[in-house]
Amino acid sequence: MPKHKIMTPDQSSGRELTFEILKYNPRDPNSRPHLETYKIRETPGMTLFVALNMIREDLDPDLAFDFVCRAGICGSCGMMVNGKPLLACRTRTADYPDGRIRLMPMPAFELIKDLSVITGQWMDRMSKRVESWVHAKEKQDITRIEKPVDPDAADATFELDRCIECGICVASCATALMRPDFVGAVGLNRIARFEADPQDERTDADFYELVGDDAGIFGCMSLLACEDHCPKNLPLQEKIAYMRRKLSKA
Amino acid sequence: MSDLIEGYLGKRVDGTKSRVPAALDRWQSITGLILGLFIIGHMLFTSSILLGKDAMYAETKFFEGSLFLDEPEPILVGFAATVIFVIFVIHAGLAMRKFPYRWREYKLLKTHSAHMGHTDTILWMVQAATGFGMFFLGSVHLWTMMSMPEKIGPYASSDRIYTDNMGLLYGLLIALVILHAMVGLYRLSVKWGITVRRNPRADRIRNKKIMWGAILFFSLMAYSALGTYWRIGKEHRQNYGERYLPQSTNPSNSSGGGE
Repeated sequence: MPKHKIMTPDQSSGRELTFEILKYNPRDPNSRPHLETYKIRETPGMTLFVALNMIREDLDPDLAFDFVCRAGICGSCGMMVNGKPLLACRTRTADYPDGRIRLMPMPAFELIKDLSVITGQWMDRMSKRVESWVHAKEKQDITRIEKPVDPDAADATFELDRCIECGICVASCATALMRPDFVGAVGLNRIARFEADPQDERTDADFYELVGDDAGIFGCMSLLACEDHCPKNLPLQEKIAYMRRKLSKA
Repeated sequence: MSDLIEGYLGKRVDGTKSRVPAALDRWQSITGLILGLFIIGHMLFTSSILLGKDAMYAETKFFEGSLFLDEPEPILVGFAATVIFVIFVIHAGLAMRKFPYRWREYKLLKTHSAHMGHTDTILWMVQAATGFGMFFLGSVHLWTMMSMPEKIGPYASSDRIYTDNMGLLYGLLIALVILHAMVGLYRLSVKWGITVRRNPRADRIRNKKIMWGAILFFSLMAYSALGTYWRIGKEHRQNYGERYLPQSTNPSNSSGGGE
């Protein structure tokens, strides 16, 4: 396979973009991890989603990457863009003035191939660990109207429930990379979400049982890369500090 | 029995999770806060040499108990240094839990921080590196203060820096301490949500600006003071060991001159 791909003839206008993309299939014993270079022409309003599809269609049909919604909702397209974890569908090529973009798969997650990683397994483990469901003694009768919830409490819960589990907070967190058992900002946010939920009857002591250790809230080193990269702008700095204060006294 | 159960199971005898991780996290922060505030005071006081030898002499005697003792006692300074040393060791032991202690962890951290370019992550690496450096340089300084508290003063300190060749050690230690302490105090504020509760994001930006300002201010002050001690030590090298007496006591003391 040539290292530099040729430009397709129909891309005649726009500046030239140079992509360096990791190519590696860990399941193929003959595959060796390397950066493959692709050159394409930029189109107006181009996102990485568009660029990657263009590369796959015109230059490398073997290139693997994940997308579903193209609108920053599904959280499937997280990847390292010039070292920073971003959602490819919300990242414009115009934001890279020199036209050079290096794409790597998100670390911390199992690599499937090239830019495609399995975030689902990680999130599933996290969800089970933090018991990510409402804990209430009274069984909910789904045929009856729910009890009213204070609107402010509902807003606080919904605010934290906006997490799309894209894994960017995990991929940005040096603690999560160094310590694979660290629950990550997504897990701590989930704890804060259920702590805010008036329907969840768990106490601080109950939450301590889930994340009251060095792989949980006390393992967080407050590097705040999660806060700075979260595509949903979740208040992670504030909520992790809040949970730390609460669980420190639990 | 409870130690045996908690040791192997990580649970207390009532079946709940150990509270030790919470205590370790809390005490890491508490000892860090004490040391951070101490270092601010320490740098301000040692920099009193910038106001003149008499100012530094008066401040030294103040900490030796001149306000309430007939004869100042340097042992008070030695005792204070011992307390700080104990806190320093506890803090180092607690903070070490966070260090990358395997090659793979270090490599991940280095690659990640270099490529992501995230300031707070890089600053944590700086903290880990400066903390590691202080294991050695900070211990030397603290041991000196614990074992020879009487050798503090305008001439004694300057002689130590110039003639006793401690200037280079202090020059390195100042950089380590200022970076570690100021970044650490900033991190404490975001870690626990102290001073950043009203508007967490804006307050964090403000606190980071204060951190950079403090690093600049204390660096300028501390290195100016070190330079002054160095100059006095050089001028005083022929009279090494001679102690300073304030001008009111000994009129022969003039600025830059010996006793």
